[in-house]
Amino acid sequence: MSDKEGLFSKKNLQLLKDPLDDNNPISVQVLGICSALAITVKLEPAIVMSISVLFVLVASNVIVSLLRNMIPNRIRIIVQLVIVAALVILVDQVLKAYAYDVSKQLSVFVGLIITNCIVMGRLEAFALANGPWKAFLDGVGNSAGYAFILVLVAFFRELLGSGKLYGIQIIPQSFYDFGYQNNGLMLLSPMALIVVGLIIWAQRARNKKLIEK
Amino acid sequence: MDRNSNAYTFIFAVALVVLVAAVLAFTATSLKPLQDNNVRNEKMQNILTTLNITSEKSEIESTFNLYIKKQITLKSDGTIDDNTNAFTIDLKKEIKKPIKEQRFPLYVAEKDGKTFYIVPLFGAGLWDAIWGYIALEEDKNTVIGAVFDHKGETPGLGAEINQKWFGDMFIGKKILKDANLGFTSDGNFVSVAVVKGGTPDDNLHGVDGISGGTITSDAVSKMIQERISNYLPYFQNN
Repeated sequence: MSDKEGLFSKKNLQLLKDPLDDNNPISVQVLGICSALAITVKLEPAIVMSISVLFVLVASNVIVSLLRNMIPNRIRIIVQLVIVAALVILVDQVLKAYAYDVSKQLSVFVGLIITNCIVMGRLEAFALANGPWKAFLDGVGNSAGYAFILVLVAFFRELLGSGKLYGIQIIPQSFYDFGYQNNGLMLLSPMALIVVGLIIWAQRARNKKLIEK
Repeated sequence: MDRNSNAYTFIFAVALVVLVAAVLAFTATSLKPLQDNNVRNEKMQNILTTLNITSEKSEIESTFNLYIKKQITLKSDGTIDDNTNAFTIDLKKEIKKPIKEQRFPLYVAEKDGKTFYIVPLFGAGLWDAIWGYIALEEDKNTVIGAVFDHKGETPGLGAEINQKWFGDMFIGKKILKDANLGFTSDGNFVSVAVVKGGTPDDNLHGVDGISGGTITSDAVSKMIQERISNYLPYFQNN
Protein backbone atom coordinates (compact mmCIF):
# COMPACT_ATOMS: atom_id res chain seq x y z
CA MET A 1 0.00 0.00 0.00
CA SER A 2 2.97 2.36 -0.04
CA ASP A 3 2.56 5.55 -2.01
CA LYS A 4 5.91 5.06 -3.70
CA GLU A 5 4.66 2.01 -5.53
CA GLY A 6 4.74 2.53 -9.30
CA LEU A 7 1.53 2.82 -11.31
CA PHE A 8 2.21 -0.43 -13.09
CA SER A 9 4.14 -2.30 -10.44
CA LYS A 10 4.07 -6.07 -10.49
CA LYS A 11 1.45 -6.11 -7.74
CA ASN A 12 -0.78 -3.72 -9.66
CA LEU A 13 -0.46 -5.65 -12.89
CA GLN A 14 -1.45 -8.74 -10.97
CA LEU A 15 -4.78 -7.00 -10.29
CA LEU A 16 -5.33 -6.83 -14.04
CA LYS A 17 -4.10 -10.31 -14.88
CA ASP A 18 -5.53 -12.41 -12.09
CA PRO A 19 -9.20 -12.10 -13.04
CA LEU A 20 -8.43 -13.09 -16.61
CA ASP A 21 -7.36 -16.59 -15.68
CA ASP A 22 -6.50 -17.70 -12.12
CA ASN A 23 -9.36 -15.81 -10.56
CA ASN A 24 -11.81 -15.37 -13.41
CA PRO A 25 -15.16 -14.12 -12.07
CA ILE A 26 -17.20 -16.48 -14.25
CA SER A 27 -15.16 -19.63 -14.74
CA VAL A 28 -13.45 -19.73 -11.34
CA GLN A 29 -15.68 -17.78 -8.96
CA VAL A 30 -18.82 -18.71 -10.93
CA LEU A 31 -20.39 -15.26 -10.55
CA GLY A 32 -22.52 -13.40 -13.10
CA ILE A 33 -23.68 -16.64 -14.72
CA CYS A 34 -27.23 -15.37 -15.21
CA SER A 35 -26.33 -12.73 -17.76
CA ALA A 36 -23.77 -15.07 -19.35
CA LEU A 37 -26.62 -17.41 -20.21
CA ALA A 38 -29.07 -14.80 -21.34
CA ILE A 39 -27.24 -12.53 -23.73
CA THR A 40 -24.66 -14.76 -25.39
CA VAL A 41 -26.81 -15.94 -28.31
CA LYS A 42 -25.09 -13.39 -30.53
CA LEU A 43 -21.78 -11.55 -30.34
CA GLU A 44 -23.16 -8.03 -30.60
CA PRO A 45 -25.29 -7.98 -27.42
CA ALA A 46 -22.51 -9.86 -25.59
CA ILE A 47 -20.00 -7.16 -26.50
CA VAL A 48 -22.35 -4.30 -25.61
CA MET A 49 -23.14 -6.03 -22.33
CA SER A 50 -19.42 -6.43 -21.61
CA ILE A 51 -18.80 -2.74 -22.25
CA SER A 52 -21.74 -1.82 -20.02
CA VAL A 53 -20.44 -4.00 -17.19
CA LEU A 54 -16.95 -2.59 -17.71
CA PHE A 55 -18.26 0.94 -17.31
CA VAL A 56 -20.43 0.15 -14.28
CA LEU A 57 -17.80 -1.92 -12.50
CA VAL A 58 -14.89 0.46 -13.10
CA ALA A 59 -16.88 3.61 -12.25
CA SER A 60 -18.49 2.16 -9.13
CA ASN A 61 -15.19 0.70 -7.97
CA VAL A 62 -13.47 4.08 -8.30
CA ILE A 63 -16.33 6.06 -6.74
CA VAL A 64 -16.68 3.72 -3.77
CA SER A 65 -12.93 3.69 -3.34
CA LEU A 66 -12.83 7.50 -3.29
CA LEU A 67 -15.63 7.60 -0.75
CA ARG A 68 -14.35 4.68 1.31
CA ASN A 69 -13.31 6.86 4.24
CA MET A 70 -16.58 8.79 4.22
CA ILE A 71 -19.18 6.07 3.82
CA PRO A 72 -20.90 5.33 7.14
CA ASN A 73 -20.29 1.68 7.86
CA ARG A 74 -23.87 0.89 8.81
CA ILE A 75 -25.35 1.89 5.46
CA ARG A 76 -22.45 0.95 3.22
CA ILE A 77 -24.34 -1.73 1.28
CA ILE A 78 -27.17 0.72 0.59
CA VAL A 79 -24.70 3.38 -0.52
CA GLN A 80 -23.03 0.90 -2.87
CA LEU A 81 -26.41 -0.10 -4.27
CA VAL A 82 -27.41 3.52 -4.90
CA ILE A 83 -24.14 4.19 -6.73
CA VAL A 84 -24.38 1.02 -8.83
CA ALA A 85 -28.06 1.59 -9.58
CA ALA A 86 -27.41 5.17 -10.70
CA LEU A 87 -24.63 4.03 -13.04
CA VAL A 88 -26.80 1.26 -14.47
CA ILE A 89 -29.63 3.70 -15.17
CA LEU A 90 -27.12 5.96 -16.92
CA VAL A 91 -25.98 3.08 -19.14
CA ASP A 92 -29.58 2.10 -19.86
CA GLN A 93 -30.54 5.66 -20.86
CA VAL A 94 -27.50 6.09 -23.08
CA LEU A 95 -28.13 2.76 -24.82
CA LYS A 96 -31.77 3.69 -25.41
CA ALA A 97 -30.66 6.92 -27.03
CA TYR A 98 -27.70 5.72 -29.10
CA ALA A 99 -28.08 1.94 -29.54
CA TYR A 100 -31.82 1.38 -29.44
CA ASP A 101 -31.88 -2.02 -31.15
CA VAL A 102 -29.22 -3.50 -28.92
CA SER A 103 -30.87 -2.03 -25.85
CA LYS A 104 -34.04 -3.85 -26.82
CA GLN A 105 -32.17 -7.13 -27.18
CA LEU A 106 -30.53 -6.69 -23.81
CA SER A 107 -33.88 -5.58 -22.33
CA VAL A 108 -33.98 -6.34 -18.62
CA PHE A 109 -30.42 -7.57 -18.48
CA VAL A 110 -28.96 -4.08 -18.44
CA GLY A 111 -31.05 -3.32 -15.37
CA LEU A 112 -29.96 -6.61 -13.88
CA ILE A 113 -26.30 -5.52 -13.90
CA ILE A 114 -27.25 -4.15 -10.46
CA THR A 115 -27.69 -7.68 -9.22
CA ASN A 116 -24.57 -8.98 -10.95
CA CYS A 117 -22.64 -10.47 -8.06
CA ILE A 118 -19.33 -9.43 -9.64
CA VAL A 119 -20.12 -5.74 -9.11
CA MET A 120 -21.19 -5.87 -5.47
CA GLY A 121 -18.56 -8.50 -4.80
CA ARG A 122 -15.70 -6.31 -6.00
CA LEU A 123 -17.03 -3.26 -4.13
CA GLU A 124 -17.24 -5.14 -0.84
CA ALA A 125 -14.08 -7.17 -1.23
CA PHE A 126 -11.80 -4.65 -2.90
CA ALA A 127 -12.91 -1.05 -3.41
CA LEU A 128 -13.76 -0.46 0.26
CA ALA A 129 -10.23 -1.34 1.29
CA ASN A 130 -8.07 0.04 -1.53
CA GLY A 131 -7.19 3.32 -3.24
CA PRO A 132 -8.84 4.54 -6.44
CA TRP A 133 -6.04 3.50 -8.83
CA LYS A 134 -5.95 -0.06 -7.53
CA ALA A 135 -9.75 -0.14 -7.57
CA PHE A 136 -9.68 1.05 -11.18
CA LEU A 137 -7.30 -1.73 -12.20
CA ASP A 138 -9.31 -4.27 -10.28
CA GLY A 139 -12.49 -3.11 -12.06
CA VAL A 140 -10.88 -3.30 -15.50
CA GLY A 141 -9.39 -6.72 -14.75
CA ASN A 142 -12.59 -8.26 -13.50
CA SER A 143 -14.81 -6.89 -16.23
CA ALA A 144 -12.25 -8.01 -18.81
CA GLY A 145 -12.36 -11.48 -17.30
CA TYR A 146 -16.15 -11.37 -17.51
CA ALA A 147 -16.08 -10.01 -21.06
CA PHE A 148 -13.57 -12.65 -22.17
CA ILE A 149 -15.85 -15.54 -21.18
CA LEU A 150 -18.96 -13.79 -22.49
CA VAL A 151 -17.47 -13.16 -25.92
CA LEU A 152 -16.02 -16.67 -26.08
CA VAL A 153 -19.41 -18.23 -25.30
CA ALA A 154 -21.20 -15.90 -27.72
CA PHE A 155 -18.64 -16.73 -30.43
CA PHE A 156 -19.42 -20.46 -30.29
CA ARG A 157 -23.15 -19.99 -29.86
CA GLU A 158 -23.54 -17.60 -32.80
CA LEU A 159 -21.20 -19.58 -35.06
CA LEU A 160 -22.76 -22.98 -34.42
CA GLY A 161 -26.29 -21.75 -33.74
CA SER A 162 -26.84 -19.31 -36.60
CA GLY A 163 -23.76 -19.80 -38.77
CA LYS A 164 -22.91 -16.13 -38.33
CA LEU A 165 -20.44 -13.94 -36.46
CA TYR A 166 -21.46 -10.45 -35.46
CA GLY A 167 -24.46 -10.80 -37.78
CA ILE A 168 -22.32 -11.68 -40.82
CA GLN A 169 -22.83 -15.06 -42.50
CA ILE A 170 -19.68 -17.13 -41.96
CA ILE A 171 -20.74 -20.65 -42.92
CA PRO A 172 -21.01 -20.55 -46.73
CA GLN A 173 -24.23 -21.45 -48.51
CA SER A 174 -22.51 -24.44 -50.18
CA PHE A 175 -22.27 -26.13 -46.74
CA TYR A 176 -26.03 -25.83 -46.36
CA ASP A 177 -26.52 -27.22 -49.86
CA PHE A 178 -24.61 -30.31 -48.76
CA GLY A 179 -26.98 -30.75 -45.85
CA TYR A 180 -25.22 -28.80 -43.09
CA GLN A 181 -27.68 -27.52 -40.49
CA ASN A 182 -27.40 -24.81 -37.87
CA ASN A 183 -27.58 -26.31 -34.42
CA GLY A 184 -30.75 -24.75 -32.99
CA LEU A 185 -29.89 -26.14 -29.57
CA MET A 186 -27.01 -23.64 -29.34
CA LEU A 187 -29.53 -20.81 -29.27
CA LEU A 188 -31.17 -22.08 -26.09
CA SER A 189 -29.91 -21.00 -22.66
CA PRO A 190 -28.85 -24.47 -21.40
CA MET A 191 -26.17 -24.61 -24.10
CA ALA A 192 -24.57 -21.47 -22.66
CA LEU A 193 -24.18 -23.32 -19.39
CA ILE A 194 -22.66 -26.30 -21.17
CA VAL A 195 -20.26 -24.06 -23.12
CA VAL A 196 -19.22 -22.35 -19.86
CA GLY A 197 -18.71 -25.82 -18.41
CA LEU A 198 -16.47 -26.81 -21.31
CA ILE A 199 -14.48 -23.58 -20.89
CA ILE A 200 -14.00 -24.35 -17.18
CA TRP A 201 -12.86 -27.86 -18.10
CA ALA A 202 -10.37 -26.59 -20.66
CA GLN A 203 -9.09 -23.94 -18.25
CA ARG A 204 -8.53 -26.43 -15.44
CA ALA A 205 -6.87 -28.94 -17.69
CA ARG A 206 -4.37 -26.25 -18.61
CA ASN A 207 -4.01 -24.47 -15.27
CA LYS A 208 -3.29 -27.06 -12.58
CA LYS A 209 -3.40 -24.45 -9.81
CA LEU A 210 -7.18 -24.36 -10.08
CA ILE A 211 -7.79 -28.02 -9.29
CA GLU A 212 -9.10 -28.44 -5.77
CA LYS A 213 -7.16 -30.89 -3.68
CA MET B 1 -17.62 14.23 12.78
CA ASP B 2 -18.08 10.72 14.08
CA ARG B 3 -18.62 8.45 11.10
CA ASN B 4 -20.91 6.18 13.06
CA SER B 5 -23.21 8.82 14.51
CA ASN B 6 -26.82 8.94 13.40
CA ALA B 7 -26.53 12.55 12.26
CA TYR B 8 -23.56 11.82 9.98
CA THR B 9 -25.24 8.75 8.50
CA PHE B 10 -28.39 10.74 7.85
CA ILE B 11 -26.63 13.70 6.24
CA PHE B 12 -24.49 11.42 4.08
CA ALA B 13 -27.53 9.51 2.85
CA VAL B 14 -29.46 12.66 1.99
CA ALA B 15 -26.54 14.28 0.18
CA LEU B 16 -25.85 11.13 -1.84
CA VAL B 17 -29.45 10.68 -2.88
CA VAL B 18 -29.89 14.32 -3.90
CA LEU B 19 -26.70 14.21 -5.95
CA VAL B 20 -27.62 10.96 -7.69
CA ALA B 21 -31.14 12.19 -8.40
CA ALA B 22 -29.81 15.38 -9.97
CA VAL B 23 -27.39 13.50 -12.23
CA LEU B 24 -30.05 11.04 -13.37
CA ALA B 25 -32.68 13.70 -13.94
CA PHE B 26 -30.25 15.68 -16.06
CA THR B 27 -29.29 12.65 -18.19
CA ALA B 28 -32.87 11.53 -18.67
CA THR B 29 -34.01 14.98 -19.77
CA SER B 30 -31.16 15.58 -22.16
CA LEU B 31 -31.44 12.17 -23.85
CA LYS B 32 -35.24 12.24 -24.13
CA PRO B 33 -35.47 13.72 -27.66
CA LEU B 34 -33.13 11.06 -29.07
CA GLN B 35 -35.01 8.28 -27.33
CA ASP B 36 -38.39 9.58 -28.51
CA ASN B 37 -37.08 9.68 -32.06
CA ASN B 38 -35.97 6.05 -31.80
CA VAL B 39 -39.42 5.05 -30.58
CA ARG B 40 -41.05 6.97 -33.42
CA ASN B 41 -38.81 5.34 -36.04
CA GLU B 42 -39.52 1.95 -34.59
CA LYS B 43 -43.25 2.57 -34.79
CA MET B 44 -42.96 3.49 -38.47
CA GLN B 45 -40.83 0.43 -39.16
CA ASN B 46 -43.32 -1.82 -37.37
CA ILE B 47 -46.20 -0.47 -39.42
CA LEU B 48 -44.23 -1.00 -42.64
CA THR B 49 -43.13 -4.50 -41.58
CA THR B 50 -46.75 -5.70 -41.73
CA LEU B 51 -46.57 -5.01 -45.47
CA ASN B 52 -43.17 -6.68 -45.70
CA ILE B 53 -41.37 -3.40 -46.36
CA THR B 54 -38.02 -2.76 -44.74
CA SER B 55 -36.06 0.44 -44.84
CA GLU B 56 -32.77 1.92 -43.74
CA LYS B 57 -33.09 3.80 -40.48
CA SER B 58 -32.17 7.10 -42.08
CA GLU B 59 -34.82 6.76 -44.78
CA ILE B 60 -37.61 5.44 -42.64
CA GLU B 61 -39.52 8.71 -42.59
CA SER B 62 -39.64 9.08 -46.37
CA THR B 63 -40.40 5.39 -46.94
CA PHE B 64 -43.24 5.66 -44.47
CA ASN B 65 -44.70 8.66 -46.23
CA LEU B 66 -44.30 6.93 -49.58
CA TYR B 67 -46.45 3.92 -48.68
CA ILE B 68 -48.81 5.23 -46.01
CA LYS B 69 -51.28 7.33 -47.96
CA LYS B 70 -53.73 8.18 -45.24
CA GLN B 71 -53.72 8.24 -41.46
CA ILE B 72 -57.30 8.26 -40.26
CA THR B 73 -58.64 8.82 -36.77
CA LEU B 74 -61.95 7.05 -36.18
CA LYS B 75 -64.64 7.44 -33.56
CA SER B 76 -66.34 4.38 -32.12
CA ASP B 77 -69.31 4.76 -34.50
CA GLY B 78 -66.99 4.56 -37.52
CA THR B 79 -67.06 8.25 -38.43
CA ILE B 80 -63.85 10.17 -38.98
CA ASP B 81 -62.46 12.65 -36.46
CA ASP B 82 -60.45 15.21 -38.40
CA ASN B 83 -59.12 17.00 -35.35
CA THR B 84 -56.80 14.31 -34.05
CA ASN B 85 -53.51 13.21 -35.56
CA ALA B 86 -53.67 9.42 -35.86
CA PHE B 87 -49.93 8.87 -35.48
CA THR B 88 -49.66 10.59 -32.12
CA ILE B 89 -52.53 8.69 -30.50
CA ASP B 90 -51.25 6.81 -27.48
CA LEU B 91 -53.33 3.64 -27.30
CA LYS B 92 -52.17 3.01 -23.76
CA LYS B 93 -54.01 6.13 -22.58
CA GLU B 94 -56.81 5.82 -25.11
CA ILE B 95 -57.81 2.34 -24.01
CA LYS B 96 -58.66 3.53 -20.51
CA LYS B 97 -61.27 6.03 -21.72
CA PRO B 98 -64.97 5.16 -22.15
CA ILE B 99 -65.56 3.65 -25.58
CA LYS B 100 -67.51 6.69 -26.85
CA GLU B 101 -64.55 8.99 -26.20
CA GLN B 102 -61.88 6.69 -27.58
CA ARG B 103 -60.22 7.41 -30.90
CA PHE B 104 -58.99 4.65 -33.20
CA PRO B 105 -56.04 5.26 -35.52
CA LEU B 106 -56.10 3.52 -38.90
CA TYR B 107 -53.31 3.58 -41.47
CA VAL B 108 -54.23 3.21 -45.12
CA ALA B 109 -51.33 2.08 -47.26
CA GLU B 110 -50.84 1.60 -50.95
CA LYS B 111 -48.38 -0.91 -52.36
CA ASP B 112 -48.21 -2.25 -55.92
CA GLY B 113 -51.50 -0.53 -56.72
CA LYS B 114 -53.39 -2.24 -53.93
CA THR B 115 -54.84 -0.70 -50.79
CA PHE B 116 -54.11 -2.08 -47.34
CA TYR B 117 -55.54 -1.24 -43.94
CA ILE B 118 -53.27 -1.37 -40.90
CA VAL B 119 -54.83 -1.55 -37.45
CA PRO B 120 -52.66 -0.80 -34.40
CA LEU B 121 -53.15 -3.18 -31.48
CA PHE B 122 -52.64 -2.73 -27.78
CA GLY B 123 -53.49 -4.91 -24.82
CA ALA B 124 -52.38 -6.48 -21.56
CA GLY B 125 -50.12 -9.53 -21.66
CA LEU B 126 -49.13 -11.71 -18.74
CA TRP B 127 -46.70 -9.30 -17.06
CA ASP B 128 -47.03 -6.03 -18.91
CA ALA B 129 -48.28 -4.38 -22.07
CA ILE B 130 -48.31 -6.12 -25.46
CA TRP B 131 -48.92 -4.37 -28.75
CA GLY B 132 -48.64 -4.82 -32.46
CA TYR B 133 -49.94 -4.00 -35.92
CA ILE B 134 -52.11 -6.11 -38.18
CA ALA B 135 -52.53 -5.35 -41.87
CA LEU B 136 -55.64 -6.31 -43.85
CA GLU B 137 -55.99 -6.60 -47.60
CA GLU B 138 -58.32 -4.54 -49.73
CA ASP B 139 -61.29 -6.75 -48.75
CA LYS B 140 -60.57 -5.78 -45.10
CA ASN B 141 -60.97 -9.47 -44.32
CA THR B 142 -57.71 -11.23 -45.20
CA VAL B 143 -54.64 -10.66 -43.04
CA ILE B 144 -51.58 -9.74 -45.11
CA GLY B 145 -49.16 -9.33 -42.24
CA ALA B 146 -48.79 -8.85 -38.50
CA VAL B 147 -46.12 -7.85 -36.03
CA PHE B 148 -46.27 -8.08 -32.27
CA ASP B 149 -44.13 -6.82 -29.47
CA HIS B 150 -44.19 -6.80 -25.71
CA LYS B 151 -42.72 -5.04 -22.76
CA GLY B 152 -41.99 -7.82 -20.33
CA GLU B 153 -43.34 -11.23 -21.33
CA THR B 154 -41.43 -14.32 -20.21
CA PRO B 155 -38.26 -14.76 -22.33
CA GLY B 156 -38.38 -17.93 -24.41
CA LEU B 157 -42.12 -18.38 -23.83
CA GLY B 158 -44.58 -15.49 -24.18
CA ALA B 159 -41.80 -13.20 -25.38
CA GLU B 160 -41.66 -15.23 -28.60
CA ILE B 161 -44.63 -13.25 -29.94
CA ASN B 162 -42.19 -10.62 -31.22
CA GLN B 163 -40.49 -13.17 -33.48
CA LYS B 164 -41.11 -13.09 -37.21
CA TRP B 165 -42.43 -16.65 -37.38
CA PHE B 166 -45.20 -15.81 -34.95
CA GLY B 167 -46.46 -12.81 -36.90
CA ASP B 168 -46.09 -14.69 -40.18
CA MET B 169 -48.55 -17.36 -39.06
CA PHE B 170 -51.33 -14.79 -39.38
CA ILE B 171 -50.78 -14.25 -43.10
CA GLY B 172 -53.77 -15.40 -45.15
CA LYS B 173 -56.10 -15.77 -42.17
CA LYS B 174 -59.58 -14.21 -42.33
CA ILE B 175 -61.37 -12.17 -39.72
CA LEU B 176 -64.89 -12.84 -41.06
CA LYS B 177 -66.78 -16.14 -41.03
CA ASP B 178 -68.53 -15.32 -44.30
CA ALA B 179 -67.15 -12.49 -46.41
CA ASN B 180 -70.55 -11.92 -48.07
CA LEU B 181 -72.41 -11.22 -44.83
CA GLY B 182 -70.61 -7.98 -44.06
CA PHE B 183 -68.77 -6.71 -41.01
CA THR B 184 -71.54 -5.79 -38.64
CA SER B 185 -73.91 -8.76 -38.90
CA ASP B 186 -74.14 -10.72 -35.66
CA GLY B 187 -71.44 -13.31 -35.09
CA ASN B 188 -69.85 -12.87 -38.48
CA PHE B 189 -66.71 -11.22 -37.08
CA VAL B 190 -64.72 -14.08 -35.57
CA SER B 191 -61.23 -12.52 -35.58
CA VAL B 192 -58.06 -14.65 -35.59
CA ALA B 193 -57.34 -16.55 -32.40
CA VAL B 194 -54.11 -18.04 -31.08
CA VAL B 195 -55.04 -21.63 -30.30
CA LYS B 196 -53.44 -23.60 -27.49
CA GLY B 197 -52.17 -26.97 -28.71
CA GLY B 198 -52.09 -25.86 -32.33
CA THR B 199 -54.60 -25.78 -35.12
CA PRO B 200 -54.79 -27.34 -38.61
CA ASP B 201 -53.35 -25.24 -41.43
CA ASP B 202 -56.74 -24.89 -43.11
CA ASN B 203 -58.26 -23.18 -40.07
CA LEU B 204 -58.81 -19.67 -41.38
CA HIS B 205 -59.41 -18.13 -37.98
CA GLY B 206 -56.69 -19.63 -35.83
CA VAL B 207 -52.90 -19.91 -35.52
CA ASP B 208 -50.72 -22.16 -33.34
CA GLY B 209 -50.25 -21.09 -29.74
CA ILE B 210 -46.86 -20.95 -28.03
CA SER B 211 -46.15 -23.86 -25.68
CA GLY B 212 -45.70 -22.48 -22.18
CA GLY B 213 -46.96 -19.09 -23.30
CA THR B 214 -50.69 -19.71 -23.09
CA ILE B 215 -51.59 -16.59 -21.13
CA THR B 216 -49.67 -14.38 -23.56
CA SER B 217 -51.19 -16.26 -26.52
CA ASP B 218 -54.69 -15.73 -25.15
CA ALA B 219 -53.89 -12.07 -24.55
CA VAL B 220 -52.91 -11.73 -28.22
CA SER B 221 -56.24 -13.29 -29.32
CA LYS B 222 -58.17 -10.99 -27.01
CA MET B 223 -56.23 -7.93 -28.16
CA ILE B 224 -56.85 -8.61 -31.87
CA GLN B 225 -60.51 -9.38 -31.28
CA GLU B 226 -61.15 -6.28 -29.15
CA ARG B 227 -59.22 -3.81 -31.23
CA ILE B 228 -60.48 -4.82 -34.67
CA SER B 229 -64.08 -4.95 -33.43
CA ASN B 230 -63.91 -1.17 -33.03
CA TYR B 231 -63.16 -0.71 -36.73
CA LEU B 232 -66.07 -2.79 -38.04
CA PRO B 233 -68.53 0.10 -38.46
CA TYR B 234 -65.96 1.93 -40.59
CA PHE B 235 -65.08 -1.18 -42.60
CA GLN B 236 -68.82 -1.80 -43.25
CA ASN B 237 -69.42 1.70 -44.60
CA ASN B 238 -66.28 2.20 -46.67
